[in-house]
Amino acid sequence: MRLRRQEESMRELWQFTKLIRSKNAGPFELTFDIMFKDKDCFREVMASGQLSAELIAQLYKVDLKQVRFFVIESLLTVKISIPRPVFSGDVDDTDVYGGQFHGPLVRLQVKAG
Amino acid sequence: MLRLVQVDFAGEIVIEEAPGITLKKIRALAATGNLSTGFREETLVRAVQQGAHFIGCDAGTTDSGPYYLGSGKPRGPREGTKRNLRIMIREALSAGVPVIVGSAGHAGGTPHLAWTLEIVRELARENAWHFKLAAIDSEIPKELLVSAFLEGRIAPLCPAPELGETSIRQAERFVAMMGIEPIQSALNTGAQVVVTGRCSDVAIYAALPVLEGIPKHVAFHAGKILECGSAAVAQRFYPDCMAAELDQDGFTVEPPNPAFRCTPQSVAAHTLYENADPYHLVESGGTVDTTAAQYEPISDRAVRVSGAKFIPGEKYTVKIEGAALAGYRSIVVAGIRDPLILRQLDTFLASLRTVVERKIEDSLKLSRGAYTLQFRVYGSNGSLGQAEPCPQVEGHEVGLIIDVVAPSQSLAADILPIVWHTGLHHPIPEQEGLISNFAFPFSPPGADMGPVYRFCANHIWHLDDPCKPFRMTLENL
Repeated sequence: MRLRRQEESMRELWQFTKLIRSKNAGPFELTFDIMFKDKDCFREVMASGQLSAELIAQLYKVDLKQVRFFVIESLLTVKISIPRPVFSGDVDDTDVYGGQFHGPLVRLQVKAG
Repeated sequence: MLRLVQVDFAGEIVIEEAPGITLKKIRALAATGNLSTGFREETLVRAVQQGAHFIGCDAGTTDSGPYYLGSGKPRGPREGTKRNLRIMIREALSAGVPVIVGSAGHAGGTPHLAWTLEIVRELARENAWHFKLAAIDSEIPKELLVSAFLEGRIAPLCPAPELGETSIRQAERFVAMMGIEPIQSALNTGAQVVVTGRCSDVAIYAALPVLEGIPKHVAFHAGKILECGSAAVAQRFYPDCMAAELDQDGFTVEPPNPAFRCTPQSVAAHTLYENADPYHLVESGGTVDTTAAQYEPISDRAVRVSGAKFIPGEKYTVKIEGAALAGYRSIVVAGIRDPLILRQLDTFLASLRTVVERKIEDSLKLSRGAYTLQFRVYGSNGSLGQAEPCPQVEGHEVGLIIDVVAPSQSLAADILPIVWHTGLHHPIPEQEGLISNFAFPFSPPGADMGPVYRFCANHIWHLDDPCKPFRMTLENL
């Protein structure tokens, strides 16, 4: 029973959102848009502290100072922008449009309220 | 209705309604988000009948990487582009309004512009259309850019590749991204169709409204919403048109396709799309600040937008884009299914690399710094590369791309079989005898991919005259 309750108290980021995407913002930057389903989902994730500039810096191996983290409450949206680890289309790039960089965020564990 | 705004001597603002004087409203129509993508013919016809003052369409982006700018090749399809231009020009001619196409041929260089102009001329011939065509070239001659660089007029954005006199000369091609002014010059000549080289997406939609007296904060914000066509609707079932009516105070955006609808959320959310900063959109000549923008529903399909600000820049700058040749690529595609290889994949590939580097040096006299060899492992970190937080292989197979980039195509093509054939039989400790490690789906297993380019500029250019580096030519078709 206890184990079950513990499982229930952890949910994944996608369960709170209606959109998680990444995309080039020009060839030199990546931007992530995370749009929440409703106010409760937005507040729950923000209160958990899991989704933060620190997390993005660590996950994508960029300097924390280079992470731009915007909380747009009126749109129940978090927008994050970082420099691209490799410029779009360069010899060792892996994702020219930057469209799959959000992958590691989708199943981010969020402790539910 | 014109509102007269006066400041009386006590410093108070007096607003009077002035009956009988109506300031023009401008209806802007975006055919679609990208000229190669398309739209529904009936939507465009209906939107023009509803009274569009111009039809705009963006044809370019840097999203697909540096190849198009570097190679000078347009991104088609040609027939699709021609179909879209045919409908746009036909409707514009019958309504007597201009067509503005920005960032022709995907990258907006001279060859891309020429490709698009050829389609327009072909359409005019085939349909016996007669109109004035304006073309604005935005490719920057390298010597002009070198002079600008030496005069200190070129500044890097962040992040930016290193740019200097030598790298400018060695690069393949540069374009400057024009603002509204060159398009306005073309419209002032009475051109019916304006095709531009590299151009700000927003400028396509802001140029004519600003010329007609719409304030920049309205025109530029509307341009940002329109530039992706129907992308600002709540649910985009397929690419289609988008329309906005602009006035002195704001604009109303409403999709001309009755199956689509805009909501305040869908429109506001689109302001975020592809921008690093959700509130500040940097354009040639200034910044659109949408921090205080309001999005209100007018109906269940239309949204009224107001409250953005336009902050003029201290200097007039245009962004420049450049592409330089990085080498020539050859690739092989293979699957790996043996669990014994998969459990030691990193070690296997590292030891394969050591063996093939030696073979390449022996047979081709190429040291390992003279080419790049990458093993792209799908099922591990193929999508994210070094940024992948979980690179371990968890599935029962991986897809492998052996990727070679060398100074010439023939060298890349010579290196490739050394790598794949060595890898095919490269040993692992658990297996004795000759093994075949790769499942090749194709014969031959690989292909030459041609030249590889890299973006070599993310810079701005300070201009005294916003039109100066752009060259307009007029033709009467």
